[in-house]
Amino acid sequence: MNVDRDVDARIDAVVIGASAGGLEALLLMLPKIPARGSVVFFVVVHIPRERPSPLAGLLAARCAAEVVEAQDKQPVIAGTIYVAPPDYHLLIEDRSQIALSTDDAVHFSRPSIDVLFESAVDVYGSRMLGVVLSGANDDGSAGLARIRDAGGVTVIQDPASARFPAMPEAALARSEPHAVLDPDAIGELFRRIVNNRSTLQGRREKEDPLC
Amino acid sequence: MTLSSSAQESPDLDIELQLLVQAIYLKYHYDFRGYAAASLKRRMNSALSRFQCRTLSQLQEKVLRDGVLFSELLDYLTVQVSEMFRDPAYFRALRERVVPLLRTYPSLKIWVAGCSAGEEAYSLAILLAEESLLERSMIYATDINAQALQRAQAGIFDINRLAGFTQNHQRSGSTAALSNFYTAAYGKAIFDARLKKHLVFSDHSLATDTVFAEMQLVSCRNVLIYFNRPLQDRALALFHESLCRKGFLGLGAKESIRFSGMADGFDEISKDDRIYQKRSTS
Repeated sequence: MNVDRDVDARIDAVVIGASAGGLEALLLMLPKIPARGSVVFFVVVHIPRERPSPLAGLLAARCAAEVVEAQDKQPVIAGTIYVAPPDYHLLIEDRSQIALSTDDAVHFSRPSIDVLFESAVDVYGSRMLGVVLSGANDDGSAGLARIRDAGGVTVIQDPASARFPAMPEAALARSEPHAVLDPDAIGELFRRIVNNRSTLQGRREKEDPLC
Repeated sequence: MTLSSSAQESPDLDIELQLLVQAIYLKYHYDFRGYAAASLKRRMNSALSRFQCRTLSQLQEKVLRDGVLFSELLDYLTVQVSEMFRDPAYFRALRERVVPLLRTYPSLKIWVAGCSAGEEAYSLAILLAEESLLERSMIYATDINAQALQRAQAGIFDINRLAGFTQNHQRSGSTAALSNFYTAAYGKAIFDARLKKHLVFSDHSLATDTVFAEMQLVSCRNVLIYFNRPLQDRALALFHESLCRKGFLGLGAKESIRFSGMADGFDEISKDDRIYQKRSTS
């Protein structure tokens, strides 16, 4: 099972939610993302609220694409992987800006995956891919269902490949995803989407120099 | 590709949100028009279930006809749960980088903008007391949420929050005990009158009001994240205007003036702790 190639062209943004056991999955998939692509990635990992968090640095050291810890009202730049800072919710204000909030924890979590996913749906609608990874609670299920309802693409980590299967299982119980994949295959999907979009864009630019 | 129903609903939600915000402004003069859409939408959406409305239009009708309901909604939209000495590193940086300069002033005015229930204002009062600066200081703590201001004025916090406050306080570079500053009784901690003597809590809107005094330090943390860029610029301009020459500004850990129109007005003096100093133009 995999995601249909036809969707590649319309994925402008990818949102990823991970909790316990999710970091090892991220380390298998994010390094596969080519640098300077035209897709933007937003990642929420449930991390301890103590600052500073080593997460963005850890990922940056292994990724070709640029990884940054998100700041309030930071411009959204395609090709970048934005990671939620500890103790803040990460939201998408519009296609050009990130927003943070210190609103109450959702599912005992700040940052919360649902908060990111739901704000991203309001901005990207069907033009996005949502991914729920390993974890021990049910954050992300509601948000992933919203992405699915809005016509976006959804992928859930194969619970068999997750160190903590509760979160992917909760997401599976809530709504049927387009694909259930292991971290390696999710990474390959990211690579394919970014590469296909670059090819499509290159072709379009050749046909229409003003584009 | 066909649009699903919720994809079609989304633009309507934006329209309804704009209308509701406009209605609130026209009727009650509270201005949410410059609030960041993502968070405001989230809060308004959860307000729907709380006020038993199906749509924001329904909520708008209730708000326009029911002032009591509006004040509940206002509390709901603007309430912010913070903690004392939140981000201990910020207070440590204040002690190390800002306090030595504050000592050079014969009297001090400090503005805590968006003070909510007062956690930040009391923290600063305690820090100043520990640095023997409180006697010459006045802390102006402002918010638009009247109920939060009342709670702040009372200075009473649930005792079960004090363990976290104490831990933060210790990590903020203090060598004294937080318990020196409160009395515990009946499950509550009541902060001392000697702190309150130097705290003024009052209503002030960063969206509609102007500067009210000259300050040596403005602390406004995790408030600007709820504003869009133009309103952030307005608030930062107020802080800039309010600050004395070489006055200090403290922001939240993930807030930055780098993305604002006021970046040229300040120098960064402690980057990781978001402490800025007004740049002197002349």
